[in-house]
Amino acid sequence: MTQAHDDPCAHCEEMMQPYLDHILTEAERIEAELHLDECEWCRRRYRFEESLRVYVRQAVSEPMSASLKQKLLALRIPLN
Amino acid sequence: MGSATVAEMAEAPPDATRIAAEARDRVRFEEEALALSDQVFRVARHLAGSREEAEDLVQETYARAFRSWRSFQPGTNLRAWLLRILTNLNIDRGRRKQRAPQTTPLEANDYYLYDKLAESDGAVTDEERVVERLSQDDIVSALAAVPHDFRDVIVLVDIGDFSYQDAANILDIPIGTVMSRLHRGRRILKRELADSVLEDVS
Repeated sequence: MTQAHDDPCAHCEEMMQPYLDHILTEAERIEAELHLDECEWCRRRYRFEESLRVYVRQAVSEPMSASLKQKLLALRIPLN
Repeated sequence: MGSATVAEMAEAPPDATRIAAEARDRVRFEEEALALSDQVFRVARHLAGSREEAEDLVQETYARAFRSWRSFQPGTNLRAWLLRILTNLNIDRGRRKQRAPQTTPLEANDYYLYDKLAESDGAVTDEERVVERLSQDDIVSALAAVPHDFRDVIVLVDIGDFSYQDAANILDIPIGTVMSRLHRGRRILKRELADSVLEDVS
């Protein structure tokens, strides 16, 4: 079975990134979810991480300028 | 009978059909590449140091892509192919050499940022709202403060939605390195964000 950890929350913290990336093994995933079911403290932090990822992606998305778009179009090689 | 066929062939030499087919393929390639330009720019913007540099890089990338379109293998990931060109151009520009001797970036545990934000507020209720305490400027400058090696991976995977394998191909590093840099890079980013929030408070 899963091994016991001295500090289950610290262990859960270690598993957060791979959990959210869906790269934990099945056993590890179940272990993380068992802990999350009973630990609101960790659950909040997982939810925060999920929101943060979405938020960061939105915050750094700058639209391309219309002038750059025009310049790219002009780079096309004309047909003979 | 036979002579008619010869006459037809003289009018439309096999070369002409080949050239026409090639022109069609090239036009299609250019259109597909241009359709990805918003996504390419979004990633380039944070691989490069500034918006201006990003615009230059994207232009150079497309100029090169249009010239060497024949080396793209149809059916493979065109967006990754374009980003690979862009990354190589970025490295050719000597970006890596500008970097001061490798400093060890500060990195905290994964819960650190949440703990800092919660601490500065006292009664945290909704995790989704906690992120809103970070401004867009905080995030953009925190990302810029992450060292290149780590930032490149975050930008490709977390912002550009590339798979680990695509990121590994684009950066020409092993997939295990992608994963470890991503893991550490996110921690460095959160540490930078926590620092900027603490500065705002004081």
